[in-house]
Amino acid sequence: MNAPPSTSEDRQLTVDALRRAVPGLVPEDLDDLADADPLRERLELDSLDFLAFAETLAATARVRIDETDYPDLATLGSCVAFLHRRRASTP
Amino acid sequence: MAEFTMPSLGADMDEGTLLEWCVSPGDTVRRGDIMAVVDTSKAAVEVESFRDGVVDTLLVEPGTCVAVGAPMATLTEPDDTAPPAPSPAGSPKPRTVDPLPPEEHPRPAPPVRHLAHELGVDLATITGSGPGGRVTRDDVVQAGRPAAQPEPTRAAPAGGTRITPYARRLAAELGVDLVGITAPADGVVRAADVRSAAGVRRSQAPSEAPGPSKAATERHARMRATIASVMTRSAREIPHYHLTWTVDLHAVHDAMTRRNRDLPVDRRLVPAAYLLRATALAAAEVPGLNGFWSEGRLDQQSTVHLGIAVSLRGGGLVAPAIHDAATLTTDQLMSALRDVVERARRGRLRDAELRDPTITVTNLGDLGAESVHGVIYPPQVALVGFGRIVERPWAVDGLIGVRPVTTMTLAADHRATDGFVGSRFLAAIDHHLQRPEDL
Amino acid sequence: MSKPIETTYREALREALREALRKDERVFLMGEDVGRYGGCFAVSLGLLEEFGPERVRDTPLSELAFVGAGIGAALGGMRPVVEIMTVNFSLLALDPIVNTAAALLHMSGGQFAVPIVIRMTTGAGRQLAAQHSHSLEGWYAHIPGLRVLAPATLEDARGMLWSALEDPDPVLLFEHSSLYGTSGTLPAGAGAVDIDHAAVRRPGTDVTLVTYGGTLSTTLAAADRLAEDGVDAEVVDLRTLRPLDQDTVLDSVRRTHRAVVIDEGWRSGSLSAEVSARITENAFFDLDAPVERVCTTETPIPYARHLELAALPSPEAVANAALRTMGKTDG
Repeated sequence: MNAPPSTSEDRQLTVDALRRAVPGLVPEDLDDLADADPLRERLELDSLDFLAFAETLAATARVRIDETDYPDLATLGSCVAFLHRRRASTP
Repeated sequence: MAEFTMPSLGADMDEGTLLEWCVSPGDTVRRGDIMAVVDTSKAAVEVESFRDGVVDTLLVEPGTCVAVGAPMATLTEPDDTAPPAPSPAGSPKPRTVDPLPPEEHPRPAPPVRHLAHELGVDLATITGSGPGGRVTRDDVVQAGRPAAQPEPTRAAPAGGTRITPYARRLAAELGVDLVGITAPADGVVRAADVRSAAGVRRSQAPSEAPGPSKAATERHARMRATIASVMTRSAREIPHYHLTWTVDLHAVHDAMTRRNRDLPVDRRLVPAAYLLRATALAAAEVPGLNGFWSEGRLDQQSTVHLGIAVSLRGGGLVAPAIHDAATLTTDQLMSALRDVVERARRGRLRDAELRDPTITVTNLGDLGAESVHGVIYPPQVALVGFGRIVERPWAVDGLIGVRPVTTMTLAADHRATDGFVGSRFLAAIDHHLQRPEDL
Repeated sequence: MSKPIETTYREALREALREALRKDERVFLMGEDVGRYGGCFAVSLGLLEEFGPERVRDTPLSELAFVGAGIGAALGGMRPVVEIMTVNFSLLALDPIVNTAAALLHMSGGQFAVPIVIRMTTGAGRQLAAQHSHSLEGWYAHIPGLRVLAPATLEDARGMLWSALEDPDPVLLFEHSSLYGTSGTLPAGAGAVDIDHAAVRRPGTDVTLVTYGGTLSTTLAAADRLAEDGVDAEVVDLRTLRPLDQDTVLDSVRRTHRAVVIDEGWRSGSLSAEVSARITENAFFDLDAPVERVCTTETPIPYARHLELAALPSPEAVANAALRTMGKTDG
């Protein structure tokens, strides 16, 4: 119960949040995502899509996401790192 | 020894045909248990035993026609030492289940099998409560009953959604695949659902949906064809003029950032909310840009139904309205914007949303070009465009600063307004955007 | 050019009678209290004084007798306007109406026409309780051989009578009791109107509301309510209940794809059931929702005011039915 959340779980959370928040994404878009790919350009997310993604991620990962955190959500890799930090520090 | 005879199942019934036995010699039956299935001239009927006993001999072969009153089987009565309690007819409580392995349970009667098929119940999954572990009608009804429903609704057939006749016809005309449409909460697919799945804007003409199509069956091709015809008509009929205005958005940016700090993610604002609010207000203030060109004159509308151009994944464009946009606050507009964009991308727009825009805004957002010189959606008379917000050098109090700016454009119908009015309109939008606290 | 006239439904009916009595000497009015009393609803006030007792005839309290007499007069070449005080009392004259007036032309092989016009007050809403609040126009609209009219507007009150008198066969005119006092404007030259067609009283695009007679105002009120919710309702006034102008109704439903039928009768076996059936038979593939009906609750009409109001079709019920056809839940 107190073991640190694994990065693969964070990765899954991120991908799931993308899938749920952005209707119309095809599985191929998400399967091919590399850690360093900028999410907004790669998946053609506009500001509303991104907002929906942040909202879904905050709810499913149960972490707080501020507007100042948005730059940390730029790529899949940075999302995973962000979640890892945030979830580990959340009691 | 007692007899089980062919009963009279109707006033005019003289004989019946035994279809099948539901018991075998040696089975214990109670009064009310189904003994056999008999075919009368009208229907297949399950026949009950009127007494308790053990089945001794089956006298008649299935398929035989038997006169009313003729014996069909014999039963030995239970002995006095173990009188069984007669079970009330039609009791739904499961009785003692025979411990025979499933393969040896007698087959359920045809009406029961038919009912199971109708209800979509797999007989193999039901434990029978009838004699010998036979699955009875009650067992099937119980199994077919779904988990507690909150309120009685018109039951959907096995297979879920229902489709109205008009929706079906429209789907055929527009080449929409009905299988792919998700129905709303009440499980009924209506014309509006088909239309938004097709991404078609309903025309303003009194005649209904776009005429019966010929060639394309693919939904995407159909949408593109519609867009093509609308755009062509616009280019052909509307004498466009174009104006440009560069808007300093730093006030909006600051106001928004401050506001968003206090808001949870699901209520945060994006710049578009302010842009739309300012546009809606300006459209209500400056006459000539909010309305429809029809029969040689501008039919000015007092209410602003702001059309939002939404790009669809996989290509395609739809521009549904946010109704009464000038009366909504920025927060309300934000929430309306998220809702309409989400539904547009899911194909869940409403008829009125596709039909009602009085003026449209196209916002290419953060990934698009810096400015857009658009094409007006007839019969509207104006299209407002906002390009990507970029940081640019800006003259601030005589010094060079950096400001977030957007290039705002107006495409307007020269039959309805002149450049002077168009400029006044853009000036009004800019005016509002410099005072975001008042929006 | 003469000015339009401010008038009431009652006065429009009176003017129609006056015109008929003046223009055609075969026309006469007969019924309980139509002469000296001026009519139970004051429709024929002053007509006895103007036209005399041969043309405006008070009858004994016997519907069976005076309707029969009217039929006889019609057979004899007159043009009687028989007033039955209300549709409730017409039940006492059901046999002459159905078995003589409606059937004689057919049974005589076309030899005997019965050019009778029977006017009746109908409907509920005035706390007259179970026996005096019926809306039985639907029953009469069931009978071949009868033409059944329901004037809901001043124009129709003014104009339907003459056209009815020109019809060589029996015509029943149903006047909803709530309408007598309604006021409005009529053009100065208002006169005979068509009695074959329904009328679109309010054009719309989202849903068709079909009604007639006393419930027209309820339906128009519902349409206003719906407009506030962004639903644009088209209101069709049937005007003639038999023969039904189904073309107008179907044309409307084919445009809007949704229909609600509003009828003050009880829904079971009612005129609304007939309209609904015709819509389903002819416009099934244009329907985006089942046809809804808003009728009176299936009880004898209550006496207590709040119960009577609850029993009759209301603008809310109509608006909710319309919203259901659009797939929107009740407000």
